[in-house]
Amino acid sequence: MIHFVVHDEGDSVGVVVVEGVKSGQKLTGWIMDQDKDIVIDAKSDIPIGHKLAIKQLAKDSTVIKYGVDIGKVIAPIAVGEHAHVHNIRTKRW
Amino acid sequence: MDLSKSTFWGYKRENGRVGVRNHVLILPVDDLSNAAAEAVANNIKGTLAIPHPYGRLQFGADLELHFHTLIGTGSNPNVAAVVVICIEDGWAKKVADAIAATGKPVAYFGIEGHGDHDTIMRASKKAKEFVQWASELRREERPLKDLWVSTKCGESDTTSGCGANPTVGNAFDKLYDHKVTLAFGETTELTGGEHLVAARCRTPEVKKKFQFMFDRYQAIVEAHKTSDLRDSQPTKGNIAGGLTTIEEKALGNIQKIGRKCLVDGVLDKHEVPTGPGLWFIDSSSAAAEMVTLCAAAGYTVHFFPTGQGNVIGNPILPVIKLCANPRTVKLMSEHVDVDVSGLLRKEMSPDQAGDALLECMFRTANGRLTAAEALGHREFVLTRLYESA
Repeated sequence: MIHFVVHDEGDSVGVVVVEGVKSGQKLTGWIMDQDKDIVIDAKSDIPIGHKLAIKQLAKDSTVIKYGVDIGKVIAPIAVGEHAHVHNIRTKRW
Repeated sequence: MDLSKSTFWGYKRENGRVGVRNHVLILPVDDLSNAAAEAVANNIKGTLAIPHPYGRLQFGADLELHFHTLIGTGSNPNVAAVVVICIEDGWAKKVADAIAATGKPVAYFGIEGHGDHDTIMRASKKAKEFVQWASELRREERPLKDLWVSTKCGESDTTSGCGANPTVGNAFDKLYDHKVTLAFGETTELTGGEHLVAARCRTPEVKKKFQFMFDRYQAIVEAHKTSDLRDSQPTKGNIAGGLTTIEEKALGNIQKIGRKCLVDGVLDKHEVPTGPGLWFIDSSSAAAEMVTLCAAAGYTVHFFPTGQGNVIGNPILPVIKLCANPRTVKLMSEHVDVDVSGLLRKEMSPDQAGDALLECMFRTANGRLTAAEALGHREFVLTRLYESA
């Protein structure tokens, strides 16, 4: 069963595609471009459609999705943690 | 799906374009004419009024865009005939004459000097004549290249970027190979991925025009913003769906133009494509505004991927909704034409999803009503450039 998908293996985040993911749950992810599976332990409850970090992300570092810069980290994010507006912000506008 | 011999059944119009709907439009030029237009559409069954709030004291480029949008909508091949109503004769004639250049039947009426009652009576007589004439037109088999297909996504979430939008991209890549006229737009929603679109432009001239349009829109955002647009782009709905930044939203958005097709041309908001291929339309990212511009540019079928469940339709352009979010597909099923949620469970390949969308496109072109049409979604929203005088 796929719990989250990742566009590219270079990405720092994946997208949860099932409802009800809980902290501590073992999650299977599908890296779409390379067609590989990875396993990560969730460290937050994460709603469907929301992201989890699949790499350790330090404050001020860049978040990569689709192999491209999607914004900067404003609070450190551990692997398996919920990654969203509370810890990532746009670099534009 | 092998599209090399694909055809659809459409209405061939006087100017050679082919429509997939057969509307008789009652077109108000201004807000004051809405009541008469709606009265005519109520009197004469099978006609369609498209009321809107604008058309008075606009000037310059904003007025030109207003006229072009009304004229383009009336000229769209999904429209068989048009009754134009305006507060006065001059602008009614201006809009009617431009639509009549397509060869389709057009009549116009000014209200001043007559009042609503007399105008409604005279316009209703003409509308009855048009609708009975149009009801005898027959569909004929046409090659796929006669179809014009536009796309715009709405209430996107992260499933849009990994499911519904790449499905449109897969379908666009296939249609592009068969010389279909395609369009995308949403200028601000390319922010963060504009370099990827620029790299896909066919010639340096196209790239230069794209960059000009992109920079022009960025300048508007920069001039008027009071924050980093955190509440507007991404929208509250986008954020609830898991999208965090405009860059992330843009990269998901760009999945709609596939992996192979090149951007063959760039259009300003009032311009019309001059040949097959993929066109970028400089446009707002607000769903109804952008889809209204696509209809005015002459597009006849629209692909609308959604994540959280945008319910938009258009009066004359059939809007096909597709969705990959299993929760939305479950909770808002009446709005979804193509369910591609299997993509995210690895139960469906991108190629199969693209084919499912194309199959729905053919059925829609042949006459099947979309969910938005059946539900009565007729959002007709004119883009304004600045204040009225």
